[in-house]
This record gives sequence, C-alpha cells and structure tokens, in this order.
Amino acid sequence: MRYAMAIDTKKCVGCSDCVVACQTENDVPIGYCRDWVVEITNGTYPQLETELRSERCNHCENSPCVRCCPTGASHYSEGGIVMVTKNECIGCSACITSCPYDARFVHPEGYVDKCTFCLHRVKKGMKPACVAVCPTKCMYFGDLDDPRSEVSEVLKKRKYKTLIPEAGTKPQLYFLI
Amino acid sequence: MKSRRQFIKISSLSAAGLVFGGGLLETFADNLLKTNQSYFKGPYDFSRTPTYCEVCFWKCAGWVHKDENGRIKKIIGNDDDPNCNGRFCPRGTGGVGMYTDEDRLKTPLLRIEKNGEQTYREASWDEAFDFIASKMNQIKQEHGAECTALFTHGSGGKYFGKLLKGFGSNNIAAPSYAQCRGPREVAFLATFGQGINSPENTDIRDTKCLVLIGSHLGENMHNGQVQEMSDAIDKGTTIITVDPRFSTVAGKSKHWLPIKPSTDIALLLSWMNVIINEDLFDKKYVEKYTFGFDQLKAYVQPFTPEWAYGITTIKPQQIRETAREMANAAPATIVHPGRHVTWYGDDTQRLRAVAILNALLGSWGRRGGFYKPEKAFVPHFHLPDFPKPNKNWRDAMSGKYKLADLALASGVCDASIPSPEMSCAIKGWIVNGTNLINTLPDQKKTIAAIQALDLLVVVDTMPMEITGYADVVLPECTYLERYDSLRISQGREPSIALRMPAVDPLYNTKPAFWMARELAKKLDLLQYFPFETIEEEIDWELKQVGSSLEEMQRIGVKRLEREVDDLYFGEDEDVEFNTNTGKIELYSTALEEEGFDPMPVFTQHPEPSEGFYRLIYGRAPMHTFSRTANNPNLTDLMDENSVWVNPKVAKEWDLTNDQYVYLENQDGVISDFKIKVRITERIRWDSVYMVHGFGHTDKRMKRAFGKGISDTQLITNVMIDPVMGGTGMRGNFVTFRFDNKKTEV
Ligand code: SF4
Ligand code: SF4
Ligand code: SF4
Repeated sequence: MRYAMAIDTKKCVGCSDCVVACQTENDVPIGYCRDWVVEITNGTYPQLETELRSERCNHCENSPCVRCCPTGASHYSEGGIVMVTKNECIGCSACITSCPYDARFVHPEGYVDKCTFCLHRVKKGMKPACVAVCPTKCMYFGDLDDPRSEVSEVLKKRKYKTLIPEAGTKPQLYFLI
Repeated sequence: MKSRRQFIKISSLSAAGLVFGGGLLETFADNLLKTNQSYFKGPYDFSRTPTYCEVCFWKCAGWVHKDENGRIKKIIGNDDDPNCNGRFCPRGTGGVGMYTDEDRLKTPLLRIEKNGEQTYREASWDEAFDFIASKMNQIKQEHGAECTALFTHGSGGKYFGKLLKGFGSNNIAAPSYAQCRGPREVAFLATFGQGINSPENTDIRDTKCLVLIGSHLGENMHNGQVQEMSDAIDKGTTIITVDPRFSTVAGKSKHWLPIKPSTDIALLLSWMNVIINEDLFDKKYVEKYTFGFDQLKAYVQPFTPEWAYGITTIKPQQIRETAREMANAAPATIVHPGRHVTWYGDDTQRLRAVAILNALLGSWGRRGGFYKPEKAFVPHFHLPDFPKPNKNWRDAMSGKYKLADLALASGVCDASIPSPEMSCAIKGWIVNGTNLINTLPDQKKTIAAIQALDLLVVVDTMPMEITGYADVVLPECTYLERYDSLRISQGREPSIALRMPAVDPLYNTKPAFWMARELAKKLDLLQYFPFETIEEEIDWELKQVGSSLEEMQRIGVKRLEREVDDLYFGEDEDVEFNTNTGKIELYSTALEEEGFDPMPVFTQHPEPSEGFYRLIYGRAPMHTFSRTANNPNLTDLMDENSVWVNPKVAKEWDLTNDQYVYLENQDGVISDFKIKVRITERIRWDSVYMVHGFGHTDKRMKRAFGKGISDTQLITNVMIDPVMGGTGMRGNFVTFRFDNKKTEV
C-alpha cells in the first residue's frame, strides 16, 4: 500500500478551505498550519500565468526527517504515511531542518507536528479532511498500489510534477498541471 | 459643535472600566462547555446538529459536530444539500470563529450621557425594549409610523420586518439590492420578465462556454457556482474572462480580455455586432421568443470590433474570436450576469446588454445556459393584515427609480436626511446584521442621516462601526446558537433546510425571533407573532409540507419535488414571458415607457488623472466583507488587505513590496490607516485593487482594528443608476501618500 495525494492546480482557486478544515479537524492551534496555499505568477501584463496549489508534507518515500530523528518519534506508518509520535518527540527540531519542504513546525505544546494525511480518518475509510472539504474537488487521495484508486486513475490521465524532485526524497504529493 | 450622536469608541469605555464590568460576563470557557439539553427533544445523536451557514448568503446546509465535552469541533457540509453538496467554503468551515470570537457583543447597551460625555451602559433586555418601544411610539405620534425603517442583511430580518410592518411601515431595505445585485435583477426582469435571484439559475454544470465579466468566481466564493465551475473546467469548458485584473479565474480561462475599466458596454455591443452580422445568433429562438430584433440589428451596426478596440483596448481579432466561441457553444453558453454589479451608474444598461447577448445566443431556458429555477412553497401561518402605511421611502424620491423592484437601502438613507421637499423624513432605524457605515457608499452622508435620527437600534453579533452610533445595541447570538426561519432556496430542485442551535447562546445574547417578539409585546403587536417559540412556528410550517421539526432535526435538508418537470424550455415550446410584449425584449418597452434608453448605450466615464489610479475592489475567498473581519479562524488566513499595484506604477512611485502606504482619493479623503503594497503584474497600470471589508475603526474588534484600509471610506463619488437607484462605486481614483497629514489648502 502506498498512500498518495494528487492536487489539480488547474482547478484550485487558492481559497484555503483545506487549511481551515485541517485546523478544525486536527485541533491545529490558530497561528499554525499543517497545509498551506502557494500562488506563483509568471509573465508580464497581459501575458500571465498563475499556478495555485495546496501544499503539505509530501510523505516522502525516502524521508530525511525519519532518518535523522534521534528518538524514532518520526516514523513510517500504514501506506508510507510519515507520522510523529507525540510523546516520543523531544522537540529537538532536527527533522524540521532536514525537510526540504518546510512541512513541519513545533507545536506550542512542545512536540513537532505536521500533516498526517488524516490517518485517523483514512483508517475509517474516509478521505483526509482537506480532500473532503475542497469546494473545487481538486484533490485526489488513495493507494497508488491500487490501479483503480482515484489517485492512480487521475495520474494515468494527467500530466503532473512533484516539488523539488532533485532533493531525492521521493515525494508523494503529485501536482496536476 | 458636538453632534448629538457622538460616535462612541470603546477606548473611552474600557477606560471607564465600569461599563463591561457588571458581572454579566461569565467566563468564556465555562460557557463553551454548556449545552442546554432542553433544546434537544428527541432520541437521536446530538453530537451532530443541523444548521445552514450564515457566513454568506449562499446559505449552505451543514452539520455542526461537537466533541465529548459539548464543544463545537467542526462544521461540515450536508451531502444532501444542493447548495453545497457536502462541501462548505473556507468561511463556512471557519464559521465556528463567529461563535468563539471573544470580542462579540455580550449584553444590551444603552447610550447615556455621563459628565458631559456620551457613553454606553449595560442594560437589561427589558430596559432596552422599553426604551425602544417608547421611542417608536413617540416617532409614531410625532411623524407617523411610516417614519421608521429596517435595514437588514441577515436571517433575523424576517422577524424585525414583521414587527415593522405590523407597526405600520414598509421601509424595509437590504443593501444587497441597491449596493450590489439590483441592476442585474431589473435588467433581467426588463428583458426576460424574470430576475436572477439567489442562488443564480446559471446552468454552469452543463455549460460549454462561460463568460465572466468582472465576476471573479473562486475569489467570490459562492459555493455552488464555484463547485460547478470546477466541474466545468474538468469537462474542458471554455472560460472567457473580462477583467482589468488577472483574477484567479482569469488564470483558468482560455481567453482573458484585460479590458480598460468602465468600457464593458462597448465590448458587449461589439459582441452583439459580430454575432448578428456574422449570422451567429439562434435564429429560431430569436424569431420565436424575442421582440425588437430588427431595431437591435440596426442599432448595433456602428459598434464594430474596430470601434470597440479604441475604447476597450481589446483587439478586434480577440473580440471576433470570443464572439464566435460563444456562438459555437450556444445555447450552452452563459454570459454570466455577475453579482456585485453596481459599478458606473449605467449598470442596468450594462446588464441589459448581458441579457440581450444571452437572448441572441438562445441560452435563457436552455441546458448549459440558464435553467428554470424552482423554489419550495412553504405556507406561512396566516397573520392579520398589516396596516397600510400612508407613505414610504419612495415618496421622498419624487417618482425616481420606479423600476426598482425592492427597497433601496441608499434611498431609505437619503429619505432620513431632512430636506424641505420631504413631508416625512425617516426618524427611526433598526439595523440588523449589516454594517451600514461600510456598506453604503459615501460615509459622510450615511453619518449625516444617522445624526438626524431620533432612534437607532443596532442588532448585531459584533461591535461593528455602526454600533458606535446606536442609541441601543442589542446583542444577537450567532447562527450556531439559535433557530432561524427555514431556508427555502431556489434551484434545480427546490429544497428546505433547518438551522437549530448546536450550543446555548454565550453571554447575554439572544436570537432575533425572541427580540422581535418581546418588542411586539411592548408595542401591542403580538397578533403578528402568534407562536410563542420559533420551534412551534417552524414545526407548523414543516407540517404543511409533510415534514416536521423532528424529521428536519434528523436530516437537516429536504429536497422537494419540482412542480414543473422541465428545467429547460421544450423543443418549440410556446413560452409567455412576463414582459409588456410577452416576449423576450431585446428592445425594452418598459425602459422606454419610463423615459430610458430601450437599448443599452455606451457612455464614456471619467478616467483617472495623472498620478491617480482607478480603485477597484473585490473579494477574497476567506472573508465575507466586514462580517468575518474579526473571526479568529479566518483572520488567521488573511488579517489585512493589500493594495495591488502594477510594477510600472510601483517603479514610478518607488514602492517596494510589503511597504505600507496611505491612499488619498480624488476628493482629498485620506485613508484612516495604512495598507500593505503588493506589487504584481496581475493588475493593470491604470488601476489598483483591494479586497473589500477591512480597515475597521472600532477598537472593540481587536483583530480587525486598523488592519488594512476600507475601500468604502475612499468611495465618495457615487454614480447613481437613474433606472433603479443603484449606487455605482467604481468611479473613484486614488493616489499614494506616505503620511496621512491633511495638506493645507
Ligand atoms: S480547498 Fe481546494 S481550491 Fe481551496 S485552496 Fe485548498 S486545494 Fe485549493
Ligand atoms: S515533506 Fe518533509 S516532513 Fe514530510 S516526509 Fe518529506 S521530509 Fe518528511
Ligand atoms: S458559500 Fe461558504 S460562507 Fe456562504 S453559506 Fe456556503 S459555506 Fe457559508
């Protein structure tokens, strides 16, 4: 099993609903976020292009954050989801420095926090909160090992990219372009 | 001179210390934990209660989920709701912040004079109602009951409306009409004999070509439309966006027409010219259903794409190409009527041009164009007749704006400013859920009207600027703490939705139904409030349509059967339109009768002078105007607006990104606060852009105070639409200032 997410930059409107939904679902304190929205505009008026995309932890297959964690708090869970065990984390921030995507932060309670792909929901057969709420339905989630999963299907049909592939972390967020 | 009604800033209040200290504030955390089981009579799981969202007027139905401690955990869309299909927008998802906001109004306040200074003191509900009732009766005696008015932009308006009508006034206005969508309703009524209403009957789901003129879906987060647009993008729909700004949706469009602001009518006329002269219009439809084609054809001859190029800066080739794309996709083409359309004062005529274009393409009543909406019919309990008012705000307008099909908020405001021509100026206002100071253009005038009032009652959840002018402030509980009247929406399928309290009201706040009924008791108008509780009223209504409160508490949303089967006109169906001629009027006889141009005329609007830029404002997906400006969840996403500046302009002014500047408008008004500069290619060099709803001056809203600037403050030039009284707000120009000192003249 290999969980992954695909995000359609052609449909995302940058509304940040994914951000609020994550905050309420996962009790992320106000002022912090596990996912965020990026806007990139290229060109000069009126020859312009804008890309909008919702970013979060890439649940990398080869993740430096797991490798460098001295306590084993950062680990791979079901389907390759990268998790942090709260009470094993000593808040040393080694993982934060190692992550090329700036996906982690220190929670005010002292441990490191980040996106979990809503594993607690996924286990119940639900979609991650961001995917479920997105008004443009631009996010797809599922098991890449299952060729009929939503995410496998959409990656077959569409062109996509990953972020900073040269870092060699094998990210599992795919951006449809 | 000190004005009678001094704006009370709470800075002076907190200094006084006594005002909020009366033990009325229970601790917040305690309150959060309480839920009153008495609301919930039934055998089901109350970790989830139905509501419909109040953060904007799309009114999506959803579920409020609570944790084991009874705290609101999250709000999620109801899968059965046609308005949202189980997905709320960011504002709805962050709606819990409306409830948890610690700056909410907490208890009734009465204006008093203390040591020569005006201030508020806490009052009991009974005192507040006694005060209001005696003032209302005094106005009735001295001026007549019709000299009272209600401004509303919220669910509670229904009950205050009943109260006012029972009292003898029908001055009931919503700023969503003359300040927003009014011109589009009048234009579509004049053309098709039917308005657009809300949610819009645009069949975006099945469209092949969507034309957006200044309408920025995606930033304007009206949920169902954004969802359908996204589906349309998946299906490869052609999107054509006309906007001086490279909006989010412009970035998703096949064609972006970066038009020179204020020239849209010229573009629309040239599109008609191409569609008619290249024989691209729907001949059968035009012949069968429309009136005035020959006049229209003759009229648009001069308006060639070459003519329009000189005005709009859009290349003739691009005008032709987009006209052909629209025609190719027709009738599954939507030239979208937009929503906030009060721009230049000729807005009804611009929207007429939009309507005519749709008629030429045959899209009205056709799949992928505009469907036939249906609204659920829910009977209301029969009330005794309301007294007939002798006059209303229209009498102050000397016969103007007869085509306005709803009351004009700005008209009611004007009718409150004493003038020799008016026999009866409006003397008392109830304002429910709308911050008129930031909603009506021309703040000076709004404040002048307020100063002339004998009574201003403000009902709100938040200490918006308007509350600082009130004689009485009534704190309403939020939509998460109350029942409201049923949501009865129009749509492809008629539906009804229930809002019930998920938690007990915090502080000393109350729902509008209760307030209006208590006031009715004092005013001897209880005959208009036959049900003691709103639950009983809703239950009675639901039983008339074969449901019940109990059922709706379980399901939240109910879809009802359509009475008319078809969403679209049948093949060759004979259709009678509700216009003078019974046809779709390309040539408007109704406008002609009132002395207006029967076909839309392009007029040149003033342009910015050297060093000034047109002020364009719009929306951000995470905010609904002032309403959300202090919401902790949503300010976390966006806590101030910024001014978008083209890099060329930035260079001229030596501006850098994230620098703060003041703006000054053509009339010398300087913004109260500073705004952050965002240098971006996404805006034309002759304009600047900002999101509406920021720059709050009331310190009681801690997160919103002084954040960004208020476009409304800078909108002092208002161009009135002669047809229906809409207030055009896009004719204002601003320049940059590095200090806010008034220059001596
Ligand atoms: S909710 Fe969807 S559309 Fe909105 S920002 Fe997130 S991914 Fe984009
Ligand atoms: S994105 Fe960062 S935090 Fe997430 S798995 Fe990769 S390296 Fe680790
Ligand atoms: S569109 Fe958003 S804010 Fe408006 S009613 Fe729906 S969820 Fe609420």
